[in-house]
Amino acid sequence: MIAALNNKIDFQRYLGSLKFALYCITHPLDGFWDLTHEKRGTYAAANTILFLTLLIRVLKLRYTSFIFITVYWEDINIFLYIASVLFPLAMFVIGNWGLTTLFDGKARLGQVYMASCYALTPYPLMQFPLMIFSNFVTVDEAEFYSVLSALSLVWAALLFIAAMGQIHEFGMAKNILFMVASLFAMLVIVFILLLFFGMISQGVAYFISLAKEIMFRL
Amino acid sequence: MKKRIKALGALALGAVILTASSINVSARERSYTYNYDYWGDVQDSPDFYTVTKVYPAEAFGLEDNFVTPQGLFVKDDMVYICDTGNNRIVQLKRTGTEQFEVERIFGSIQGDVEVKDLSQPTDIAVSEEGDIFICDQGNARILKLDSDLNYLLQFDLPVDSTVSADSTFKPSKLVVDTAGRVYCIATSINQGLCKYEADGTFSGFVGATPVTYDLVDYLWKKFATQEQRQRMASFVPTAYDNIYMDQEGFIYACAGGQEEEDLDSGAADAVRKLNLMGTDILVQNGEYPTYGDLYWGEGGGYEGPSYFTDVTVLDNDIYVCLDKNRGRLFGYDDQGKTVFCFGGNGNMDGFFRQPAAIEHMDHDLLVLDSLDCSITLFTPTEFGELVYDAIEQFDEGDYEVSGESWQKVMDLDGNYDLAYIGIGRSLLRQEKYKEAMDYFELKYDDENYSKAYKQYRKEWVEDHIVVIVIVVLAIFLIPLSIGKVKSIKHEIDIADIFRF
Repeated sequence: MIAALNNKIDFQRYLGSLKFALYCITHPLDGFWDLTHEKRGTYAAANTILFLTLLIRVLKLRYTSFIFITVYWEDINIFLYIASVLFPLAMFVIGNWGLTTLFDGKARLGQVYMASCYALTPYPLMQFPLMIFSNFVTVDEAEFYSVLSALSLVWAALLFIAAMGQIHEFGMAKNILFMVASLFAMLVIVFILLLFFGMISQGVAYFISLAKEIMFRL
Repeated sequence: MKKRIKALGALALGAVILTASSINVSARERSYTYNYDYWGDVQDSPDFYTVTKVYPAEAFGLEDNFVTPQGLFVKDDMVYICDTGNNRIVQLKRTGTEQFEVERIFGSIQGDVEVKDLSQPTDIAVSEEGDIFICDQGNARILKLDSDLNYLLQFDLPVDSTVSADSTFKPSKLVVDTAGRVYCIATSINQGLCKYEADGTFSGFVGATPVTYDLVDYLWKKFATQEQRQRMASFVPTAYDNIYMDQEGFIYACAGGQEEEDLDSGAADAVRKLNLMGTDILVQNGEYPTYGDLYWGEGGGYEGPSYFTDVTVLDNDIYVCLDKNRGRLFGYDDQGKTVFCFGGNGNMDGFFRQPAAIEHMDHDLLVLDSLDCSITLFTPTEFGELVYDAIEQFDEGDYEVSGESWQKVMDLDGNYDLAYIGIGRSLLRQEKYKEAMDYFELKYDDENYSKAYKQYRKEWVEDHIVVIVIVVLAIFLIPLSIGKVKSIKHEIDIADIFRF
């Protein structure tokens, strides 16, 4: 990162690609096409957007007015909270890539990740001002917040769909089909993970009990 | 602020330890009195009420003990006990804080009536004029007597198309309003409360609980044959368990034994406040509905939701519900927020075996136990009195004094949510909006917070109107003037006269 900062040309490119996110969210079809096909996006910018999303999501807990979010701090695990975004995102990226690569999807794994992160842009962009705004409203005006907050999520969701269609060069129907299929792929991944961890813990437990038994007999 | 709260917490803990040790019970997980906070967590609390004395029948100088007493009624300093099993009514007079004297005991009445002996009286009420109303359940009638026990009138089985004329009338609980109208609950009548006019005529049912059923049962019924349908349970309103008329003439009715799902979904209410039309007007502004314990898991052999068997309403609009299931008392304020919870099942003083009825004398509570055949007298502790003081002072409009009382309450129990909100409301009335906001925020009271914030915001805008106008103007004017300057500069740059 610091090396990149020192390198002025790279830094300019990074800033340019970050700025390009703003173009993407307002011109999704054109923007997401150029993102991969014209190489307008960078991983650095994608990482930045993801980082900002996570940061805002954590900040929201503390700085949103209690009218909207009351936090039972005893139950908050910050790592789990962050993972609640990262884990589904990772599963979606892998699941989506795994499926589309079998069905003429043009994007590579990294590009799916990049497009997904770019599609998240409305979240930090809208939630941060909303977070500040929430402290200046009463319950009667709470609707403004709720509507805008929901809007940021809907916007991001629509961007997700547009992004996947453009980077894979899919038509509308095929795109929607594969979005739904990706959700199923996520379920399959969860299932396999559960199975995997279940097996591993069983296996480990077996050897532990074996060792205990031996130690008991000795 | 944080430090202060910590200190208060330590203080409250100290108070809890003190009370716990003074009651001298080993290995109790929870203090005798508790409260639910915003999150529904159980918070230990200093005792709100303490047992002054438990009175079995001998304590009043009666020869034979009570047998399954069911009804309790208090008017001024008179206490009426329906000693159901002995077919008599015991009238006591409170002569001191702990002393009761027997005024009279009667099992029969005088006057022009065939059956003069009472049979299993279950409830009694005394009107403003001093007329006595008795649910004479064994004789299938409600009696109206004058104060010297002379027969005046009787109320019989309701004459209504929905009530079969050959069924027995089993009145169990009743109240009388200021106009002499009688409202009664009768066993096997679930259309609501039977309402009688002062002259003894039946004038209809009021306030039936809404019928609850679940969709699956409903669908089954649709497809069932006539015979099958008859064997299924029919969807009927739950009958009330007990009623109480408050000083303003509203009827508080409690219905125990509700389905867990119905209570959870809000389809059923454990306690209702009925107006003259029979509609429920109970305010439920608390974080949780007024159905007693929030957790219904099995513990100590008891499970399921609280079963409210009686309710009484104090003069400051706090109503206390009696839970038969776990032997607890739940106090709620006029907003439906929990004021206190205490009690339990057991044989010690302050615990019950089968509580049947509750009444109040000013701030004191009387609980009748039908299995233990005794009356328990509860008196508020210093903590309880402070809470009552604070609430009453607020109702009277002494907001500043009320705030001070709540502060004292908070000093005794830093986990008492009502104290924070009380101080906040007092500050709000004193127009100290910023401080009020802080208190409301601590206990997540968004409604009151918003009220305070609205005023605070208004005040702030009024104070800073000049700055706001300047900032707004600056936001518009500075870019505008910069643009203007730039364009002038540009024109100068390209102006012909400077060309060489």
